[in-house]
Amino acid sequence: MSSHNESIIREPLITGNNITYAQITEDILRPVEKLPGKAWWIGFTVASMGATLWLFAVSYTFWYGIGSWGLNKTVGWAWDITGFVWWVGIGHAGTLISAILLLFRQKWRNSINRSAEAMTIFAVICAASYIVAHMGRPWMAVYSLPLPNQYGSLWVNFNSPLIWDVFAISTYFTVSLVFWYTGLLPDIATIRDRATGLRRKIYSVMSFGWTGSVKTWQRFETVSLILAGISTPLVLSVHSIVSMDFATSLEPGWHTTIFPPYFVAGAIFSGFAMVQTLLLIARKVLGLENYITMFHIEAMNKIIILTGSIVMVAYCTEFFIAYYSQVEYEQYAFINRYFGPYWWASWSMFCCNCVIPQVLWFKNVRRSIAATWFLSIIINIGMWFERFVIIVTSLHRDFLPSSWAMFYPTWIDVSVFIGSIGVFFTLFLLFLRVLPAIAIAEVKLLLKGSSEQEKKKILQSGHIDASQGEFYKDALKKFDAIDIAEYEKV
Amino acid sequence: MSSTKFILGLFEDPDEMMDGITALQQNSVPIYDVYTPMPIHGIEAKLGIKDSRLGYAAFMFGCLGGTVIFSIIYFAMVHDWPMNIGGKPAFAVPDFIPITFEWTVLYTALGTTATFFFATHLFPGRTPRVMDYRATNDRFVIAIDVKKNNTPHEDITNLLKEAGAVEVKHNDRKYVSYE
Repeated sequence: MSSHNESIIREPLITGNNITYAQITEDILRPVEKLPGKAWWIGFTVASMGATLWLFAVSYTFWYGIGSWGLNKTVGWAWDITGFVWWVGIGHAGTLISAILLLFRQKWRNSINRSAEAMTIFAVICAASYIVAHMGRPWMAVYSLPLPNQYGSLWVNFNSPLIWDVFAISTYFTVSLVFWYTGLLPDIATIRDRATGLRRKIYSVMSFGWTGSVKTWQRFETVSLILAGISTPLVLSVHSIVSMDFATSLEPGWHTTIFPPYFVAGAIFSGFAMVQTLLLIARKVLGLENYITMFHIEAMNKIIILTGSIVMVAYCTEFFIAYYSQVEYEQYAFINRYFGPYWWASWSMFCCNCVIPQVLWFKNVRRSIAATWFLSIIINIGMWFERFVIIVTSLHRDFLPSSWAMFYPTWIDVSVFIGSIGVFFTLFLLFLRVLPAIAIAEVKLLLKGSSEQEKKKILQSGHIDASQGEFYKDALKKFDAIDIAEYEKV
Repeated sequence: MSSTKFILGLFEDPDEMMDGITALQQNSVPIYDVYTPMPIHGIEAKLGIKDSRLGYAAFMFGCLGGTVIFSIIYFAMVHDWPMNIGGKPAFAVPDFIPITFEWTVLYTALGTTATFFFATHLFPGRTPRVMDYRATNDRFVIAIDVKKNNTPHEDITNLLKEAGAVEVKHNDRKYVSYE
């Protein structure tokens, strides 16, 4: 049961004194119920300017055609698919947190899953917009679906990984949305029951009539578990399929069997970096330091260093296998990647993803908010370069030297990319205003047992091993929201 | 006879609410329902609620999704318009696995969630049947339908208070959310 005392040596997941259930509701709903502050307006203004730029650049692309991008007959995929893979990858952390960590019963996921899932959905929207945009004629998107048509019917080629991708991304988006919204129902009901007038009516429709009766909760938990169970293989399949867009081709540099696990690790790596980028700011601006604690930040940093190291091993494996295979074209692709005209992109990738994040082995770095945020930006940049390197450096020089070419982005390429970041942040900032950024009901589960105040009571009662008590107090030192002086006398 | 329809015991602590349920059950007072701001484990066993059968529904929907898309692929690639792709067989099962998997997952997710909404009567715009507005915030509410049992109201009130209820409401209306 929820009230059983948790071992004292586990760090608290909710800090602060006098936290009650009402206090949790109050704290988390503050951004939803109060008018936004200056920080939100500044962020929203900048983000919506970015979104406008996106709208303009994409419209320009549709009006004048794909020729407005820097693509040429050799490099037929560049910033578009780079942006697509980057955004899909970012989405993966949300599902990892909401599904995989649920199956592993990692309670710390409870306070970060909601915003991470929202991030997933918005990132997949950005990714999908790239897919439609790179078709040039968006109305042709319908031909990627197996619908009867006047050509025979001419069906899609179900053997093609590009069609697998259509199914994977659309399924991933739908399942993430369903999972996210089902989880939101109890929290929307909380907003509804505190609101009045029109607000109550709107949230009432959105809450689907949620009441929180015993049977509803029991089934709700069953549904969450089932959705987590199917989302786990789903999220692994999505980036595996994205990687097969490349891996099933014969292009040197793409034709690699390690691509699926390597892409999945990279996706989680970049996704957690984006979670850090967003949440480190959100926790400060929204005053959620008691719920998104230093423990959460450090735990995410540990996942980043793990997945980042997997990515590094993958880079080295690729390089070694190219040499070991004795295939001239493969060997050239990798020599050219690191020492050819795009050396700067490859080395940026290697430094940002492999070298610099190694500082996360030091606990002082893992526990520093400034350093974590800086690293998260570095990783986001590095992972963008990874996709750019894989796509552009492989394509620009392949089998036929007479076709070798360079790729130069146009201002439309750049605008679509910067604009997509604007779209993402616009959606995320709107989300923070209308829906709770933290799963209220799930955080309430942690109050009895995993909160600092409960653990303090256990310490004060004295019924614990003294060495364990010391261990716990030592662990508290890293929390930025805890005044360690209070523990002197305990 | 009093006009009270429902007695609500409001608790601020889930463990005290569990004590309240035990006390009521020991005194043979039937409980209408319990409303909580978060899932409380162990409560469904106490109230005799059977395990959810949504898992079976999930399995069925998964099988359905996999079958549907595999049939579509078979029809398109093998039956209706087989193509010669490097002389390889048209019925290329390994190539069909990723999409079959995706739709298995898709149908499972949509079907399970739809079944959940259907079984618990959740849909957009449904009027919430709220007995107490704080049940989604910080109160754990035990609802007792007093028209259906003869225990004196004071006894129920006392049982709830003894278990630690911070407030006991005697409501003339079932739902406060109806205008």
